[in-house]
Amino acid sequence: MESMVRVENVAHAFGEETVLKDIHLSIPKGEIFGLLGPSGAGKTTLVKVMVGILEVDQGEAWVKGVQMPSLEQMKVIGYMAQSDALYSELSARENLDFFGAVYELKPKERKERMKAVMDVVGLIDHMDKPVHKYSGGMKRRLSLAIALLHEPDVLILDEPTVGIDPMLRQSIWDELKSLQKKGTTIIVTTHVMDEAEKCDRLAMMRDGYLIATGTPQQLREQTNSETIEGAFLVYGGERE
Amino acid sequence: MNIQALIIRILRQFKRDKRSLALMIMAPLLVLTLMWLVFEGDRYEPSIAVVDVPQPFVDALEEQDASVEEMSEEEAMEALEDVELDAMLSMDQQKLSITLEGSDPSTNQAVKMTLQNAMKTLSPPSNQMDLSFSYLHGSEDLGLFDNVGPVLIGFFVFFFVFIIGGVSFLRERTQGTLERLLSTPLKRSEIVSGYVLGFGIFTLLQSLIIAAYSIYVLGMWMEGSFWYVLLITFLLAMTALTLGTLLSAYASNEFQMIQFIPLVIVPQVFFSGLFSLETMAPWLRGIGQIMPLTYGADALRDIMIRGKGFEHFQTDVYILIGFAILFYVLNIVALKKHRKL
Ligand SMILES: Nc1ncnc2c1ncn2[C@@H]1O[C@H](COP(=O)(O)OP(=O)(O)OP(=O)(O)O)[C@@H](O)[C@H]1O
Ligand SMILES: [Mg+2]
Repeated sequence: MESMVRVENVAHAFGEETVLKDIHLSIPKGEIFGLLGPSGAGKTTLVKVMVGILEVDQGEAWVKGVQMPSLEQMKVIGYMAQSDALYSELSARENLDFFGAVYELKPKERKERMKAVMDVVGLIDHMDKPVHKYSGGMKRRLSLAIALLHEPDVLILDEPTVGIDPMLRQSIWDELKSLQKKGTTIIVTTHVMDEAEKCDRLAMMRDGYLIATGTPQQLREQTNSETIEGAFLVYGGERE
Repeated sequence: MNIQALIIRILRQFKRDKRSLALMIMAPLLVLTLMWLVFEGDRYEPSIAVVDVPQPFVDALEEQDASVEEMSEEEAMEALEDVELDAMLSMDQQKLSITLEGSDPSTNQAVKMTLQNAMKTLSPPSNQMDLSFSYLHGSEDLGLFDNVGPVLIGFFVFFFVFIIGGVSFLRERTQGTLERLLSTPLKRSEIVSGYVLGFGIFTLLQSLIIAAYSIYVLGMWMEGSFWYVLLITFLLAMTALTLGTLLSAYASNEFQMIQFIPLVIVPQVFFSGLFSLETMAPWLRGIGQIMPLTYGADALRDIMIRGKGFEHFQTDVYILIGFAILFYVLNIVALKKHRKL
């Protein structure tokens, strides 16, 4: 199958500290791909490599067959960072409008998309509230809305559901599933195990290494665990 | 299109951040007004005690608007001690002798002036060299405020744009939006251009208000064209903005941005012509040559005090443009650290 996102032989160090080592990954079109691993394992760093906002010491990342960073490919990626990158003095509408314009959505289309994505994240009634008056979870949802705004082919979400209540999380996952049906490739990092179960495939990271990839079921079987949580503990816990 | 989005966003942020808006416009006006009140006050009239001084001279002194009081020597000395008097004038065997309180140079100067002027009116004209002054630029009325005013306008524009511009760009980095912007199809040059233009529109407005207020409300000396003043302040603002955003890359929070003030801003004040550098070693004076404010202040003085035309200060203009372009390019290069494209 055509791979949508490909990472080859990536290694990176921040100063002395090696954060990524020998990473190979290939994610086919239309897959929901989960990245798991203990805090500090290098998930965010790897995701940034895919988005093209981190220049690595070694290796390459490709999106739709084009090497990153590429301004052309940035148009087909929707990125949601781990920490909310929002203009807090502006309202949600102004934030969306800005990013919509940056992605060159025409004003009419932009308006429609803004409504649609705010509907998905359940913030349609808070369009004109300044972002600094948002709660933590609301900010998270607005960040997600912005990532969805330009209908990207590849969604890269760094812990998208942190601080979001179970009901909303359910509806967000429903939306991700329906985007998947339309052919969107989704890469998501998470610490939430029931979300991991919803992924088509998972990659387990530890200390900068990709130590296992496979479907949730494969990972459970390989570790003889009942649950993904069990598998996580096995992969995360064992130290050589 | 992309740049336009950035410009609109920056202007919207300004609209929301009323405090920064006020700081950039009201603070310079306030400080300029204070300066005006301090410098533009009426000429100081010294109070002088006279001890056994002949009446014609006392009259002459009074004509000079000095407050003159007859006292005994002891009384006068006591008053001098208590700084109730500025000077004591006494007659000592046909010679005038003057004792100054002495602790404030500008008061000393005022006393000397008053005495000299009084003498002039006294002495028979034949003995007196008739001094008449003619002025190439300015006039007798050119006060200290008029002299430092152009430098102050340049300085305030530079200072406030540097701080606000630097802090906004810094925040863009610390709140993660810069990284977010770099994950969009925006080019690095578009990000920097958006900043320059968004702030540019705003600083144009700021320059206009500050210059107009100084010249038309405070009555600062103004010989040349208002548009030239605007041109120079705008160029200074652009230099300050690009320098501020550039240096913000080396600060990790707002406080560290403030730490650039004594390093970057204060030295520029010393070299900008607010103080005379005639006696300074030439190599030291050379330091001023690398500071944007030196050129801005020089041009503003040429325009406002000397009424010069463009050809006289065009070098300053080109150098300021050069500074702005240099910093602009360095900004784009600095962003390379985040994304090479
Ligand atoms: N800008 C940076 N400078 C230096 N070190 C960094 C930087 N960013 C990340 N690191 C280091 O890289 C390692 C991996 O960080 P990363 O953010 O990728 O972890 P993560 O798996 O996303 O963790 P979490 O689950 O807590 O988000 C950490 O040890 C971190 O200290
Ligand atoms: Mg992370």
